[in-house]
Amino acid sequence: MIFSLLVYAAPHSHQAAESAYRFAVATLAQGHSIHRVFFYGDGVHSASALAAPPQDELDLPARWQALAQAHELDLVVCIAAAVRRGVLDANEARRYEKPGHNLREGFELSGLGQLAEAAIQSDRLITFGA
Amino acid sequence: MSHQKRFLVISRHPPYGSCHARDALDTALTSAVFEQPVTMLFMGDGVLQLIQAQQPAGIQQKNLAATLSALPLYDIEQLYVCASAMQQRGLKAEDCVLPVQLLDSNAIAELIRQHDVVLSF
Repeated sequence: MIFSLLVYAAPHSHQAAESAYRFAVATLAQGHSIHRVFFYGDGVHSASALAAPPQDELDLPARWQALAQAHELDLVVCIAAAVRRGVLDANEARRYEKPGHNLREGFELSGLGQLAEAAIQSDRLITFGA
Repeated sequence: MSHQKRFLVISRHPPYGSCHARDALDTALTSAVFEQPVTMLFMGDGVLQLIQAQQPAGIQQKNLAATLSALPLYDIEQLYVCASAMQQRGLKAEDCVLPVQLLDSNAIAELIRQHDVVLSF
């Protein structure tokens, strides 16, 4: 089965952000495929390269990045939600004349259309934390 | 994208306390742009989004009604509200900025069953 995930919850604030990651791992382990993981709302903070959680806590951005590398996952971050919250790639940092950028490698900023496309292409779209 | 899916966007949060209401509307409008048939259902405090003559400028917020009134322009005309949520808050269909249909819980279950994609905010 083809899954897509919508991650709406912020990491470290809501368990749902971690549940999404664990669901992705379980989905792939069961032999299903993941068309896209879409980060929206406060979920965009899972794409930050600057998060520095204590060593005995789950580093979600790093885990997503590693999972994406291992399984060629499409990790898409809603660009409107991200730039509002200060999650920028180099292009957006230039566009808004900001002093730095922090979108983690393995993630990509794009429009909300990528969520609609994921819902159309997938057998199941599962929401976490809305 | 060859095939169409029936989208149901459920909006459960009040208009200005969080970003949920705005994000639900943006998701509905974007899905409609992708030429998918979109239905919206307002439940719980989400029905408060529909009240006429809101004045959110006092808290430096944009009026959600402007976005709501765009729904018909995007062919999103199937708008439903949870009847008991309306009743609990003393609201009637005439209080709403757009024409809505009231549904009881059985009809809501049937509505959800009729859709391929359910996005709940």
